[in-house]
Amino acid sequence: MSDMMEDMDGEEGVIKKFMFVNRKAPHGTIYALEGLEVVLISAAFDQDVSMVFADDGVYELIKGMNTKGIEVKDFSKTYRALDGYDIEKLYVEKASMDARGLSEDDLIVDVTVLGSEEMANLMAEQDVVISY
Amino acid sequence: MLNIVNKSATERNSLESCLRMASKGSAVLLIEDAVYAVTQGSAAAAKIQAAMADLQIYALGPDLDARGMSARVLDGVKVVDYGGFVDLVAEHNTCQSWL
Repeated sequence: MSDMMEDMDGEEGVIKKFMFVNRKAPHGTIYALEGLEVVLISAAFDQDVSMVFADDGVYELIKGMNTKGIEVKDFSKTYRALDGYDIEKLYVEKASMDARGLSEDDLIVDVTVLGSEEMANLMAEQDVVISY
Repeated sequence: MLNIVNKSATERNSLESCLRMASKGSAVLLIEDAVYAVTQGSAAAAKIQAAMADLQIYALGPDLDARGMSARVLDGVKVVDYGGFVDLVAEHNTCQSWL
């Protein structure tokens, strides 16, 4: 992170490939919300940001959440605002969706669905990978 | 006995252990991330359906709503609200939380 701060002060910043990997369901733990907050912060640094949703992380993107009953913030709509922050690279692992009986139609945002091998290649390309 | 499970079945083995060790005729209430188990197409759906022969399976409605899963609940699962949660606790002599 200190490199990033220095880059900001320099004439031209270095753009690194940052990947945020989300593997937790929303609400039950704070990981999904905190991960999303960090992604929004990262947008301020003009980096090349990708978000991956795998395992229970695909549940973060389900349409039609209503959190009134459990009295917590419904942050699912924030995913729709990500493109306003130039975060447009959203990837979902197909095997994770299949294992949960989910399809792209169930998701609140447009995503790119990747096979596990494609996901591996994408992860291998990154400079920094941060997991939640 | 009222068994309570609150962890996702695709992240922890608490539901699996609960279903394996719960005595016949007892109740299982799924709350928080455990509610995904009673949704159509979930990895645990077959186990839940098999378990319904011997166990009463309940899921907490507000947790299903919060996760966008209310329309996907498996047939035979009884959805309860917080009042229903209290009733279940009161009706059973003992509770076991499978953390």
